[in-house]
Amino acid sequence: MAAAAEGKDVTKRESTEQAATRREDFFLVPPADIFEDTEGITVEAEMAGVSKDQLSIQADRNNLTIEGEAAIDLPAGMEALYADLQSTRYRRSFLLSGELETDRIEANLKDGLLTLRIPKRAEHKPRRIEVRTG
Amino acid sequence: MFVNLFDSFEGGLLGELRRFENEVDQLLGRGRGPAGIRTVRRGTFPPINVGASPERVDVYLFAAGLDPKDLDISIQQNLLAVSGRRNVETHEDADYYRRERFEGEFRRVITLPDDVDPERVEAKYRDGVLQITVQRRESARPRQITVN
Repeated sequence: MAAAAEGKDVTKRESTEQAATRREDFFLVPPADIFEDTEGITVEAEMAGVSKDQLSIQADRNNLTIEGEAAIDLPAGMEALYADLQSTRYRRSFLLSGELETDRIEANLKDGLLTLRIPKRAEHKPRRIEVRTG
Repeated sequence: MFVNLFDSFEGGLLGELRRFENEVDQLLGRGRGPAGIRTVRRGTFPPINVGASPERVDVYLFAAGLDPKDLDISIQQNLLAVSGRRNVETHEDADYYRRERFEGEFRRVITLPDDVDPERVEAKYRDGVLQITVQRRESARPRQITVN
């Protein structure tokens, strides 16, 4: 397998244009915690390097998509020595269900951590049913 | 510039395949040459990118939602160590579907080029990225030599 990987080096060179197109297709998936309580669903997604103006949140009845571009201060003439992250663009989508009020989503971004609060419609909030005895 | 830093490494499907191959090779003990003794498993928190120019070396740690007070950064010669703790608030009354965010203590050690000056280090934390800038020694920079 190592030999096969090395063989690929020949095809590694590509034009800047190709590289740009390919980069468009490559997104980082923000790690997220997702939890639900009686009021709604909360999504906490990590998008380190993304500022408010580089963040886009799109929601319709069925889909929620978060997208962002990390803006990083790079000095001139810099070359990479090492990179865990291979892109600076984040993107993640979720399918929503009908009981969620997508037009009332609240978003908060702090230190690269995005918190989305998606409320449930009132009629879908659980009611406690009391059991009477006697 | 930005492009260069991230582009020198392969993204896309080909890059993914290459990385997968490397990981399989490592698991089977047939990697291409030995790995650095301080390298860590892919996916270790926080992800790090390192870039270098003739004047300085910049280390970027992608760690959203940190309190800078919980960070400990130290440098000894060309060995940079960053450790800290990230607290993730647990919502007791909620049901979790996903828990992907790293919680707890972390430490990463990065070997920088030999010519960095440990006396000239700066760090800043912005939008969840910790950027540590280490200047390189003058003597190591390329010099323009004029012919008389």
